Amino acid sequence: MIQKILIANRGEIARRIIRTCKKLNIQTVAIYSEADADAPFVSEADEAYLLGAPQVQQSYLNVQKILEIASLAKVDAIHPGYGFLSENADFARSCQSAGLIFIGPSPDVMQQMGSKVEARKTMEQAGLPLVPGLSRPLIDVDEAVQVAKQIGYPIMLKASAGGGGIGMQSVDNEAELIKAFEGNQKRAQMFFGNGDMFIEKRILQPRHIEIQILADTFGNAVYLWERECSVQRRHQKVVEEAPSSFLSEETRRKMGEAAVKAVQAIGYYNAGTLEFLVDHEQNFYFLEMNTRLQVEHPVTEEITGLDLVEQQIRIACGEKLSFTQNDVKLEGHAIEVRVYAEDPKTFYPAPGKITDLQLPNGEGIRHELAVHNQSVVSHFYDPMIAKLVIKGETRNEAIERLKEALAHYKVQGIKSNIPLLEEIAAHEAFKNGDTTTDFIDKYIKKVTI
Amino acid sequence: MAELKASMAGNVWKVVVGEGETVTDGQDIVILESMKMEIPIAAEQSGSVKELKVNEGDFVNEGDVLAIIE
Repeated sequence: MIQKILIANRGEIARRIIRTCKKLNIQTVAIYSEADADAPFVSEADEAYLLGAPQVQQSYLNVQKILEIASLAKVDAIHPGYGFLSENADFARSCQSAGLIFIGPSPDVMQQMGSKVEARKTMEQAGLPLVPGLSRPLIDVDEAVQVAKQIGYPIMLKASAGGGGIGMQSVDNEAELIKAFEGNQKRAQMFFGNGDMFIEKRILQPRHIEIQILADTFGNAVYLWERECSVQRRHQKVVEEAPSSFLSEETRRKMGEAAVKAVQAIGYYNAGTLEFLVDHEQNFYFLEMNTRLQVEHPVTEEITGLDLVEQQIRIACGEKLSFTQNDVKLEGHAIEVRVYAEDPKTFYPAPGKITDLQLPNGEGIRHELAVHNQSVVSHFYDPMIAKLVIKGETRNEAIERLKEALAHYKVQGIKSNIPLLEEIAAHEAFKNGDTTTDFIDKYIKKVTI
Repeated sequence: MAELKASMAGNVWKVVVGEGETVTDGQDIVILESMKMEIPIAAEQSGSVKELKVNEGDFVNEGDVLAIIE
């Protein structure tokens, strides 16, 4: 069994991992940048080591320094959380070369799924349906224009190495495509060191629905139902729920079984998520696979009663899954909202100091919190400062509890998206489950940027 | 004469024009970067760039003047 884990991450997910480690009597090592010296995750870990300056290249992406600390602190394993190095196959390999357990899948599978082009090819072979498009990177902008003509506008342009909405854009015509291709390619090169772009048809008014899977190293795999994450801004998720109010029993089962078959075909182990677009007729198309824990994993935990971080650690220790598909529960309904430090109308980032923080408490309320009262929210990192997770017996009960909780959720000193979340939760269209990915544009008043 | 202001707090990622340069309404002047997002700040009128108030890498607060266009 693993005795000591280094958490190569920050914020709420570092705290989340520490919590499970404490439950399992595993020692924890936090690493932090100068900007995070005062953050809750640093004091909650058994040991904490300073990485360096706030810039991510000098801190949370500094592989050499992280491995030095791992060696110094004598850990057995590294949990990468999400974002940062969590889907970096070279980092996973470096961990293994240093004799450490990387809590995640094999580096080879990570690499395969990390390139959207490779992932598309591999998953097509594994039997998953795909959105129409080109199965290799575009050669240049002229080819982008050619392909777009063939498959028809609107199209989606994506950076092969991108994620979290970065390097991804929907375009409606040729002029927009040319501008978007060059801009996104440059950004992708700068952010990920890989400027490969690919193109696909945009499915109109789709839902974003993803399947959570767990697989052990013995070839056993289960699906933990779906999460619907259709309510997004800038292609990043804002509200996530489980189960989806839209999927039929039959589609749920079909998607789950297809996902399990696919992960078994590629030899995947640990926790993973297969993202799909689902159209209004319940046709589903594979988008990409996230080879790590997801931000929104708590909604799955709420309806299944499982601790996904614990399952990750057990699988990484070489344990067999202790249950089968028939044992996986689906009880009640869970909704997670992401609290962002940003302008609720323009979605512009709003770093700054939190001068007051008051959180609601009550039945069915769970907090995942990166900050404390008086925290400085740095402009160096993602704007997400907290997640509010709500559970109810039914979706309606969960929504009522969410509205009540948001009314008592106070963040002062910085702008936050709480007003936006309140507007979503109170909206008739949200209550009716009319949650396609254009929900915010369609139903929520928005200032033109 | 018009002051071009920062619409959010963050770092000046790129200054894409030079002082004295002629710019048109809607042209990007400065690109800000904050919380993993880049926001281009565009001229709100045509004219010439009289003064650039920031350098690449500077930290600015929301509302800070980035450039003066006349």
